[in-house]
Amino acid sequence: MNREELQAMAQAELDQQQKFRCRILVCMSTPCISSGATAVQEALVEALKAGQLEAEVETVATGCLGPCSRGPLITIKAEGKADVIYENVSSDMAKGLVDKHFKAVSVPALDKNILPSDIPFFTKQMQIVLADSGAIDPEKLEPYVARGGYTALAHALREMSPEEVCQEITKSGLRGRGGAGFPSGLKWDMVRKAAGEKKYVVANGDEGDPGAYMDRTLMESDPHRVLEGMAIAGYAVGAEQGYIYVRGEYPLAGKRLEKAIRQAERKGLLGNRILESPFNFRIDIRMGAGAFVCGEETALMQSVMGRRGQPMPRPPYPAHKGLWQSPTLLNNVETFGNIAAIITKGAAWYASFGTETTKGSKIFALAGKVNNTGLIEVPIGITLREIVYDIGGGIPGGKAFKAAQTGGPSGGCIPAQFMDVPIDYESLGKLGSIMGSGGLIVMDETSCIPDVAKFFMEFCTDESCGKCGPCRGGTVQMLRMLEKITDGTADKDTIPRLEELCLMVKEASLCGLGQTCPNPIYSTLRYFRDEYEAHIMDHHCPAGVCTFSKKL
Amino acid sequence: MPETSPKTKGAEKEHPMGDPRYKGIDRVLKRQQYQQDALIEVLTAAQEAFGYLTEESMIYIARQLKLPFSWIYGVATFYHFFSLKPQGEHSCIVCLGTACYVGKAADIIASVEEAYKVKAGSTTDDGKLTLIATRCLGCCGLAPVVVLDQVVHGKETPQGAVAKVREVVAGGNGA
Amino acid sequence: MSEVVTLTIDDKMVSALPTKSVLAAAKDAGIDIPTLCCLDGLTDRGGCRLCLIEVKGNPKLMASCVTQVQEGMAVMTQTERVQKYRKMMVELLLAERNHICAACVMNGQCELQSMAAKLGVDHVRYDYICPSLPMDASHERNVKDPNRCILCARCVRVCDEVEGAHCLDMMGRGAQCNVITGMNQLWGQAKSCTSCGKCVQVCPTGALFKKGTTVSEMQKQQDFLIWILDGRDKKIWHWAR
Repeated sequence: MNREELQAMAQAELDQQQKFRCRILVCMSTPCISSGATAVQEALVEALKAGQLEAEVETVATGCLGPCSRGPLITIKAEGKADVIYENVSSDMAKGLVDKHFKAVSVPALDKNILPSDIPFFTKQMQIVLADSGAIDPEKLEPYVARGGYTALAHALREMSPEEVCQEITKSGLRGRGGAGFPSGLKWDMVRKAAGEKKYVVANGDEGDPGAYMDRTLMESDPHRVLEGMAIAGYAVGAEQGYIYVRGEYPLAGKRLEKAIRQAERKGLLGNRILESPFNFRIDIRMGAGAFVCGEETALMQSVMGRRGQPMPRPPYPAHKGLWQSPTLLNNVETFGNIAAIITKGAAWYASFGTETTKGSKIFALAGKVNNTGLIEVPIGITLREIVYDIGGGIPGGKAFKAAQTGGPSGGCIPAQFMDVPIDYESLGKLGSIMGSGGLIVMDETSCIPDVAKFFMEFCTDESCGKCGPCRGGTVQMLRMLEKITDGTADKDTIPRLEELCLMVKEASLCGLGQTCPNPIYSTLRYFRDEYEAHIMDHHCPAGVCTFSKKL
Repeated sequence: MPETSPKTKGAEKEHPMGDPRYKGIDRVLKRQQYQQDALIEVLTAAQEAFGYLTEESMIYIARQLKLPFSWIYGVATFYHFFSLKPQGEHSCIVCLGTACYVGKAADIIASVEEAYKVKAGSTTDDGKLTLIATRCLGCCGLAPVVVLDQVVHGKETPQGAVAKVREVVAGGNGA
Repeated sequence: MSEVVTLTIDDKMVSALPTKSVLAAAKDAGIDIPTLCCLDGLTDRGGCRLCLIEVKGNPKLMASCVTQVQEGMAVMTQTERVQKYRKMMVELLLAERNHICAACVMNGQCELQSMAAKLGVDHVRYDYICPSLPMDASHERNVKDPNRCILCARCVRVCDEVEGAHCLDMMGRGAQCNVITGMNQLWGQAKSCTSCGKCVQVCPTGALFKKGTTVSEMQKQQDFLIWILDGRDKKIWHWAR
């Protein structure tokens, strides 16, 4: 396939879509499927058939729309009318929906299910990576191409040198979305310049943070965007082989990516001589098998090579010696999701969003005690208050906001007094938390902070790989201390000892997991020390969560 | 040729290990060209074929990939996905991700544990039910989440979860 | 590369080949950096973290066994911070399993014991976990006692890299890690074991020892590794010719 054929394909798909008077988009990502989206789609198809409308109305299974707690969600796109989104759709509403929209029968019962598209949940977002999510069928190539897909790859291959691509990424100010925020352009350039016959590109889709599912949604809802980003990266650094490491818990993402890779290979968008250029690039999927530590880059590479996912000391960095000792470019799936947009719209456009140090947008998985949970993509520099109260719609039951946990088990809690700080890598770091991969859990006054810290430490103890002593032994001991605090058997000097141990594990551990796992304790000791003290001194849990076994 | 092809198919059915389920492993071995890097994929295939990693299947994989036994065992025990023990007829996976935790998923685990006298991560004595606690299934919008025999149930309560487990265990297929 | 780099370790000028690690360079210069997982002749693992050092201009601590020397590097091996951390790490190791020296075959010769003494660990401030792990005395000559293991993986490395048998490996993860023989079977039944005994000799504690030894009797010698590897490297032996 060449560029003209790509355009022809886009045009053909658009013409095809024009044939229908109306399109019904049914969200088919994991949360909506589990609330019954499949049945809804079947019922809609039935209802359309019964009304003899199947030639005029098309139903499309799309990726994630965002407000997952309200699923199943459908969008009705009619010509010349504004889109209508319905929430909590059930299969017995199908007939009513068809009647209302295509037969002009008034069905007032449906109005309560309409989700206005001008609520802050939608209007406050800025979608770059998720632009097509919820709008296209992720199991097909053509809809992605129709929305301008793969033109960035074509453009890069024809108009740009690998060096220029790296420069463009550097200029855009894109930083790794995996959590640490390393400037992507710099990394690409390092791999490009590294000596080595074979080079590899690896996409990290091992999203182990509990409470984060941005990568899953992206891979499930718009797999071709990730593939395109990887192919551009392959061209820029001189790699011919890519791997996507998909977390084992996400079988649907793996299935859709595999399908996408086959479609792209068949059309010559991956494989040999891509778009009739001399560039070859293939992508293989590696499924994880349940190990959080494999999100760490050196452990991930061990796992790609089929070994125990234990991290290796750095340096040598993967950019110099990665997979099979060859230079390897390792980026998060979300980072790759940004690439196509940067190449098409330009670095300057991308850099116009965000803060001084951090550009673009970030996807957050908003969850916990908040009215609108779901997936949001917001410009960097937004404040926590806007996320929680505008997009999230506030806290249910009118309870008070207590803290927001970002960055999962590597991050920390942000208390209410910092709600107006613009969010970027640096500001979160100063607050003792991290951007992380983008999990954002809201906690209200009924959450007990030491208990939450204990939850994360339990997780880290479980997920520590056991290679280095500080993390292996330290997590066990930190967990023990927290257990004592939450059941009232801790003594006065537990807090200083815990603090000391946190600092040691943070500074002495081998890999990122060990170095960040004390963060949930460390940051909460900073802001919620009184709560820890109340547990120890007064045997009182301010949130009423902990039960004290031994009363002194 | 229609005459001979069923015969060769019949011949293929006899796996040298004496168990046709090994064919699932062979397929992946071939697709991965017997590369040692593909160990995790091969182990996944073995787990799919047998329901868990039998010792024989691990020995078989070790021979085919020419890897030491201890290497295979080390990898199989590193990843939580692999189980070396037979799994129950039905599975109940309770998500303990952060959002579910904040949504009190621990109470769900506790109530199922009590109802079936089984600890999370193990199987009931009669082999009917395996209770698993997992870390985030990525359905945080629906927290707390319980997965019964691959069917996801969102916004679950302790009582509701136990009732659904009973239904699944009693009726074969709850869905 | 014949070029030599010069650096300072604890204010002492040291020169070393640029491929050397800080740990090796320090050792050559007679400066002692504590370590438990590193052993001459085996690959460096960077797991025990006792060899942490501070490098001037870098806020991070580095494991000296996996840090290469650089021109002009200023290394400090005995700052207050690293000493405090080393002590805590040894305490964690002692608390992790079951290290009761008085009843151990290696009492008096144990590397963990002498490390604790050297660092001044006079008490352990953490809870003793003391998991009860079964001993394996099925091998004809050697005994494995995981209760004394510090998971340094010297035995795994020597079995793989020097003997080439790879009978030993690590299973599980986190605190559940354990050294296994074969398919986690009894050592005596693991056919890949060549009974060479190298693993016993490199083990720093009483986790691997010769059958029949009793308290304080086990002596280990580790310089055979250098003999083997040096011989292989220089091809000193020409039996086949």
